[in-house]
Amino acid sequence: MKIYLSIASLAVAAAFAAPACAQQLAPAGSEIAFTSKQMGVPVDGRFKKFDAQVAFDPKKPEAAKIAFTIDLASVSLGVAETEAEIAKPDWFDTKKFPQASFQSGAVKATGAGKYEVAGKLTIKGASQNVVVPVAIAQTGAATTATGAFTIKRLDFRIGDGDWKDTSMVANDVQVRFKLALTGVPAL
Amino acid sequence: MPSSPASRYTRTAITLHWLLALALLGSFCVGLYMTGLPLSPQRLKLYNWHKWAGITILTLSIVRLVWRVTHRPPADVPMPAWQQRAAHWAHRALYTLFFAVPLAGWAYSSAAGFPVVVFGVLPLPDFVPADKALAEAIKPLHAALAWTLALVVLAHVAAALKHHFVDRDGLLARMWPART
Repeated sequence: MKIYLSIASLAVAAAFAAPACAQQLAPAGSEIAFTSKQMGVPVDGRFKKFDAQVAFDPKKPEAAKIAFTIDLASVSLGVAETEAEIAKPDWFDTKKFPQASFQSGAVKATGAGKYEVAGKLTIKGASQNVVVPVAIAQTGAATTATGAFTIKRLDFRIGDGDWKDTSMVANDVQVRFKLALTGVPAL
Repeated sequence: MPSSPASRYTRTAITLHWLLALALLGSFCVGLYMTGLPLSPQRLKLYNWHKWAGITILTLSIVRLVWRVTHRPPADVPMPAWQQRAAHWAHRALYTLFFAVPLAGWAYSSAAGFPVVVFGVLPLPDFVPADKALAEAIKPLHAALAWTLALVVLAHVAAALKHHFVDRDGLLARMWPART
C-alpha cells in the first residue's frame, strides 16, 4: 500500500513537474558572469551556483516561462578579500538575501533565433523590470541561450554606504549569461 | 654671476629632476601607506593613484633618459676618484630603477587581474598574464626594487648635501632651479 502510494505521488509530482520544467539546465556548460568597473578598471566575476526552470518552445515564445535563482554566496571574483567583502551588508548581504531571482513576463521573438525576455529581476530584496535580449543556437539536442544586459547596481543597493560613489565603482554592471539547455523544441 | 653652459644642468634636466623627485617620494609614501589599509573606497583610490603616478614616472623617465643621452651634463666637480665612480654608478642604478620599479608594479597589477587604466580612461595592455602565483612572485620584487630605489635616493641626497655643506664645491647649485 505504501509503495503504491509512493508511486502514485511520484507520478502526480512528475505530471505536475513535466510541463513546468520541460527543459533541463546543464550547469557545466552554463555561465552567469558580470563585469563592473572600478575607477575605469574592469573587474570580472561569475556565479558558480545557479538554477533555472525553463519552459520554452521557440515556436510559441509568448507561452514561455523562465525562472532563475542565483546563489549569491557562490560569487567568484578571483580575490578572496573581495569575495569576503561582497558578502557584507553593503554589497550582497548574503546572509539576509542568499539568492537573486529572475521571473519572466512577456517573451517575444525579434528575429531568427532571437528573443526578448521581459521580466522581474530581484536582488537584495529590490525588484526591477528588465528586458533581456536572448540569442538561441541549437546543435542536435543541445540548445545554447546567450545574452547580456546592463543593470544599475544602486537600484539594488549593491555597494551601499561608503561605496555609493559611482566615480569609484560605476553604477552600470554588465551581466552576461550562457545557458546550456536540453529538451528545447527545434527552432 | 654669469655661468658658462657647462657649469649647470639644462633647465629641462632640472625641471625633470625635481618633478620626478616629488613624484617618486609621493608614490613611495602612498605605496607604503596604502598596503596597510582595509578594503575601502579610500584604498581603491590610493591604489589607482599610485598606479597612475607610476605610469607617469615611467613616461617622464623615458623623456628624461632621452634628454640625458642627447645633452651632456656638466663636468664632475673635483673629488676623489672612488667618489666619482660611486656617483656614476649611483646614477646608473637610479635610472635603471626609474624603469624597473614602475614596470614591476605594472606587471604585478596585470598578474593580479587588474589591468592598469591610466587616469581611469586609458587602458594599458597587460605584458604578463593574469596569474595568481605570478602576482605573488612579482609583489615582493616590486617592493624590493622600490626599497632599493629609496636607499639609492637616500645615498644620492646624502652625497649632494655633503658636497653642499662640507665640501662647499657648488655641486648642488648645478641642479638648483635657476634664480631669475
